[in-house]
Amino acid sequence: MKDENEAIDEAVDPSRRAFMGVAAGVTAAVVAPGVLLHAVAAAPRSEPVTADVRWGLLIDTAKCVDGCSACVAACDRENGLDMQSKPESQSPLKWDSQKAVWIRKVKLQDNQTGRVTTLPMMCQHCEHPPCVDVCPTGASFKRADGIVMVDRHLCIGCRYCMMACPYKARNFIHEAVHGQLTAVPRGKGCVESCNLCVHRRDFGEESTACVDACAAEGHHAIVFGDLKDPASPISQLLKDMPSRQIREDLSLNTGVRYSGV
Amino acid sequence: MATAVLRASLVAVGLVWTLAVQTVQAEDVKRYVVEGSRAAGLESCVEPTERIRRQHMEFIKHQRIATVHEGIRTEKYSLSGCVDCHISYDQERVPRPINDPDQFCGACHAFAAIDLNCFDCHAAVPNGARLDATAIAAHRAAGVGPLVQSRRDGEDH
Ligand code: SF4
Ligand code: SF4
Repeated sequence: MKDENEAIDEAVDPSRRAFMGVAAGVTAAVVAPGVLLHAVAAAPRSEPVTADVRWGLLIDTAKCVDGCSACVAACDRENGLDMQSKPESQSPLKWDSQKAVWIRKVKLQDNQTGRVTTLPMMCQHCEHPPCVDVCPTGASFKRADGIVMVDRHLCIGCRYCMMACPYKARNFIHEAVHGQLTAVPRGKGCVESCNLCVHRRDFGEESTACVDACAAEGHHAIVFGDLKDPASPISQLLKDMPSRQIREDLSLNTGVRYSGV
Repeated sequence: MATAVLRASLVAVGLVWTLAVQTVQAEDVKRYVVEGSRAAGLESCVEPTERIRRQHMEFIKHQRIATVHEGIRTEKYSLSGCVDCHISYDQERVPRPINDPDQFCGACHAFAAIDLNCFDCHAAVPNGARLDATAIAAHRAAGVGPLVQSRRDGEDH
């Protein structure tokens, strides 16, 4: 991964640099600290994650479009899920229910009014995650920054966590996997779920694959950010607009919030 | 006197052999270093060769906890770092899985009769930039399948 970052640095076009230099002129001294800050933020993480931040998502269901699945496709691609292939002996129906997906598009209908809402559903990154409570090996864990994930080195594939999760967020990998991405290891016999693009977090990127894809489609239904920073866009939005946790009766204090449901 | 000469020449022959073996080993190791990689510019790996040979598993075991649980990505030791520097390519410039029985990890593990499954989950080739979906579909349609298969170290040996 380090090499990749170096490659990005090298990719900066010198003529563009020269132009920037001229254009910036006397303001260079002011711009430089900003640029420097950005460079530091984009470097791979060298300190342990802390509880000073808590990552989360806010999904505005009013903006989520029925029939669009850009977030799902982007997640599949980012995390190598599109490289799964159906075992020959398996029926398409079974494969559909067994292949790993980190985000699902869910359609809700209010039977009394007939109102239909669509929303993306992924691991809700609970503050009190039942999947962590039940895991017998400590494989299912919550990082200090609020990301709930599985340490595959410890997972024995018992699938208790899949039973415990109220959101059906977890997946079991049933078959041997080939051609994994360097950033997303994956193997037969382990459980996995959305990890808020943890590799992006650790390399200082600003959003997740689903957020980028939704924005690229022009829908902007998903906002990613730090729930603990009152100045972050997500906190500002949460302050302004009514939002809910799905199954708030369970008091899990989810990190993923929905508005318009 | 005769015994002394014999002994001296035996020692000499022995020395020559040791040197020869070491040269071969050194060349063997060189074969596994990617040109222009970080390792190519280093005298030895991130630790002296003797240490890294014996203890690499301890180093990366410690590192995996720092990375998975604490998000630290700048550790000196790293499995993807091994792959980046020590992968080799075939004539078509396709990377050979590093755990193949004639490759950097696989050769030694096969020799030592160790059956590991690091690469059941981890990428056995540098796989940061990936084939796009259409290329994968094309490969599948052509029945080529994934170019790079992961398998246990030393399997097929
Ligand atoms: S949504 Fe499910 S998998 Fe995610 S933290 Fe909560 S219980 Fe665990
Ligand atoms: S499947 Fe793995 S992560 Fe889930 S409860 Fe069992 S050991 Fe823990």
